[in-house]
Amino acid sequence: MTSPLLDIRGISKSFGAIKASEDVSLTLECGEIHALIGPNGAGKSTLIKQIAGNLEPDSGRIRFDGHDVTALDTVARARAGLGRTFQISSLAMEMSVLQNAVLGALGRRGRVMRFFRDVMRDAALLEVAREALDEVGLGAVAGTRVADLSHGQRRQLEVAVALTQSPKAFLMDEPMAGLGGEGTARLTVFLDRLRHRAPILLVEHDMDAVFALADRISVLVYGRIIATGTPEAIRRDPQVREAYLGDEALS
Amino acid sequence: MRREPLLNGAVFLGLLALVLWAWAVDEPFTITLATRVAILALAGVGLNLALGLGGLVSLGHAVFFGIGGYAMGILASHAQSYSPLIEWPVLIEGTKSMPVIWLVAMSASGLAALAIGALSLRTSGVYFIMITLAFGQMFYYFAISWPAYGGEDGLSIYVRNGFPGLNTLDPIQFFAICYVILGLALWLFSRLSRSAFGLALGAARQNAERVMAVGIAPYRLRLVAFTLSGVITGLAGALFADLNRFVSPTMFSWQTSGEIMVFVILGGVARLFGPVIGAAVFILLEHMLGGLSEFWHIYLGAVLLGVVLFARGGIIGLIAGREVHHD
Amino acid sequence: MSLILFTEQMLNGLQFGVMLFLMAAGLTLIFGVMGLINLAHGSLYMVGAFAAAWVAGASGSFLLALMASLAAAAAAGALIELTVIRRLYARDHLDQVLATFALILIFSEGTRWAFGSFPLFLDIPPLLSGPVTLPGGIEYPLYRLTIILVGLTVAAALFALIARTRIGIQIRAGESDREMIAALGVNISALYTLVFALGAALAGLAGALIGAIQSVQVGMGEPVLILAFVVIVIGGIGSIKGALVGAILVGLTDTLGRILLPAFFSQFMAPQAANSVGSSLASMAIYILMAVVLVVRPGGLFGKA
Repeated sequence: MTSPLLDIRGISKSFGAIKASEDVSLTLECGEIHALIGPNGAGKSTLIKQIAGNLEPDSGRIRFDGHDVTALDTVARARAGLGRTFQISSLAMEMSVLQNAVLGALGRRGRVMRFFRDVMRDAALLEVAREALDEVGLGAVAGTRVADLSHGQRRQLEVAVALTQSPKAFLMDEPMAGLGGEGTARLTVFLDRLRHRAPILLVEHDMDAVFALADRISVLVYGRIIATGTPEAIRRDPQVREAYLGDEALS
Repeated sequence: MRREPLLNGAVFLGLLALVLWAWAVDEPFTITLATRVAILALAGVGLNLALGLGGLVSLGHAVFFGIGGYAMGILASHAQSYSPLIEWPVLIEGTKSMPVIWLVAMSASGLAALAIGALSLRTSGVYFIMITLAFGQMFYYFAISWPAYGGEDGLSIYVRNGFPGLNTLDPIQFFAICYVILGLALWLFSRLSRSAFGLALGAARQNAERVMAVGIAPYRLRLVAFTLSGVITGLAGALFADLNRFVSPTMFSWQTSGEIMVFVILGGVARLFGPVIGAAVFILLEHMLGGLSEFWHIYLGAVLLGVVLFARGGIIGLIAGREVHHD
Repeated sequence: MSLILFTEQMLNGLQFGVMLFLMAAGLTLIFGVMGLINLAHGSLYMVGAFAAAWVAGASGSFLLALMASLAAAAAAGALIELTVIRRLYARDHLDQVLATFALILIFSEGTRWAFGSFPLFLDIPPLLSGPVTLPGGIEYPLYRLTIILVGLTVAAALFALIARTRIGIQIRAGESDREMIAALGVNISALYTLVFALGAALAGLAGALIGAIQSVQVGMGEPVLILAFVVIVIGGIGSIKGALVGAILVGLTDTLGRILLPAFFSQFMAPQAANSVGSSLASMAIYILMAVVLVVRPGGLFGKA
């Protein structure tokens, strides 16, 4: 068996007396969607920040694509091929949809220190950008300013910018948040196909989407992963039911 | 939405038309005022690169303006006294040649901007404002306490420096030099703002997290922008010194930094012609209100307060609408 | 250098530092609570100095003059807070910089219009003039010693105010969580006006105290304002303790640098050259200190981040 693309081993992070992550181990294999779920305050955002490189773990290692990336910052991890979408849309609000996508393509291509050529006439970048926008269904609003987009469209643009990166793996933080029923259904279909291009570590609150999509699910409670397994196994796991689901049945 | 380019063209040609008219009716003072506008606008174009495109609120651009000015003052004073600048290890003589002075002014202010930027860009927000202001004051006090080049009294240069093939003492020829340089700087700014660098820099201004997430480091972008910005403002300083044939520590003062920022804001921040319109209005106000009252800065303060509180897009924003659109 | 001269310069540095603290404390408090950068803080310093000089000239009483400086600066502070500053809390730093820069222009030219361009003088009161002999036989001006004591007393009072009183609790709450104090039923806009006036009064007091050593003139505030910024960058923004430590560091570095650096260069340079290199470097010493702090701790010595 080949080694996993993303291999998180025993990372811990404390803030004072609070253990936000405790000996967390997690892997992401090629072709899969691995969902990370957990109640509010379980330490999901702290964990994501460590995976993305905003926060350095106190101990433990993170390997990505065969390299130790524990000491690398967000920029270096993005360049190494980690495509990220944010829980709260994080876009250049005054720019157009297309410009945001071109920015993504530019980050992927590199050679940012180009001072004279009009970047919005760069055929190679435009092609990547437009393709990504078409894929998420934003092709028609390419010229619109991001500030004028609807919430759902901004969520789609988040995904499109990640696509322009053609990353080796996606790290998606609640991409369904605030999308509504129809939007969630469409994105579910989209992510289902996307996993074959690059695996997705999916942090999501929408349980229907998680159980529909995930190959594996990890459950984070109080900074620790209490279970990892197939959706079926997680559904049946007594520890998960007790700690996370309470009395509510998921069936 | 196409009003802005029209306005820009009108302003740029209007400045030229004003000077040609003044030349025809022999009003050299008006030509000198217009030259002042062009030079101060150039300083503003420099700041606009950092402030408008990069979102870097620098209150220390007087540093680069002053370095440019002193580059001219020091080189020309050595040339007029026939004493070399440095004799060892290599002999460096003063010069009265504008192109050489410009090159030295731009290199020196660029180096200073690189050093100040490298330090102050480690921080952001109010820290950045306070630090750039503080470094400006450092150069100001240094210029005052360094006796070799006039200290507090400054340096006078008797004859304006030369440019091959032109008579720089003729107001209209000196204006032509400044006008062409301003035009080149505006062209550079417009290319930069549409380039890959400009896109990434603007995005880093709006959302640094987004830029980092696509694998671009904002620090380098900002440092390059700040350095280029210093180079342009430094060139303006050298021209300003040549216009007055005088340099003094005032060029380094915090008021100078504040005024350069006022040009940019009055006209419209991040707008291509913001600094040009801002500098023109500033000089016009100075000329008109200065004649009305000795205390014209009160009115300037009131106008500025009004623009900040009620007309945030500046004058261009009022005329051409708030947003800058790209296709 | 003799020990006596050194001690004297240390005290001068401390006196300078204590003054800077009065400025920096107000600035850092206003930034900490309201998130506002106030360039017009130097104008409030100037208002305090002018009020003191004017009242001292009219009444002959230094104590009245000091009270006038506090009252005038606090009133000017409250006035600009109510009319201009409160429109700026929700704005970005650029707008704050520009609007308060505009206020500097208005204050400076307004003062020039009212008092003219010539400096005013504020005399040291007879009770505090002349030197005192300190332990060790050091003669030191009583007035400067008084400034140190006043400054340290104000610092202690400020710490007590913030640590112990209801207002202090509200200020600390305001720094960490604005919505929270609104939920607790605190009148935020009144609190903001109060904090701003308090910071202004401190600046006015500093202006009046220094006005008796230097001349009182338009433009006296901004150099001090910029030094107070250096203090804040070194100490860490929002921290009163940082302001105190930073102010004393800056005061000592500046004062001792002016004495020690020329002396140092005269060891191996001609006296005139040593003097000019030494004094030029001394004028940059505090900024170099600031640069070093930035490299080592970009958030300042007592900064949160």
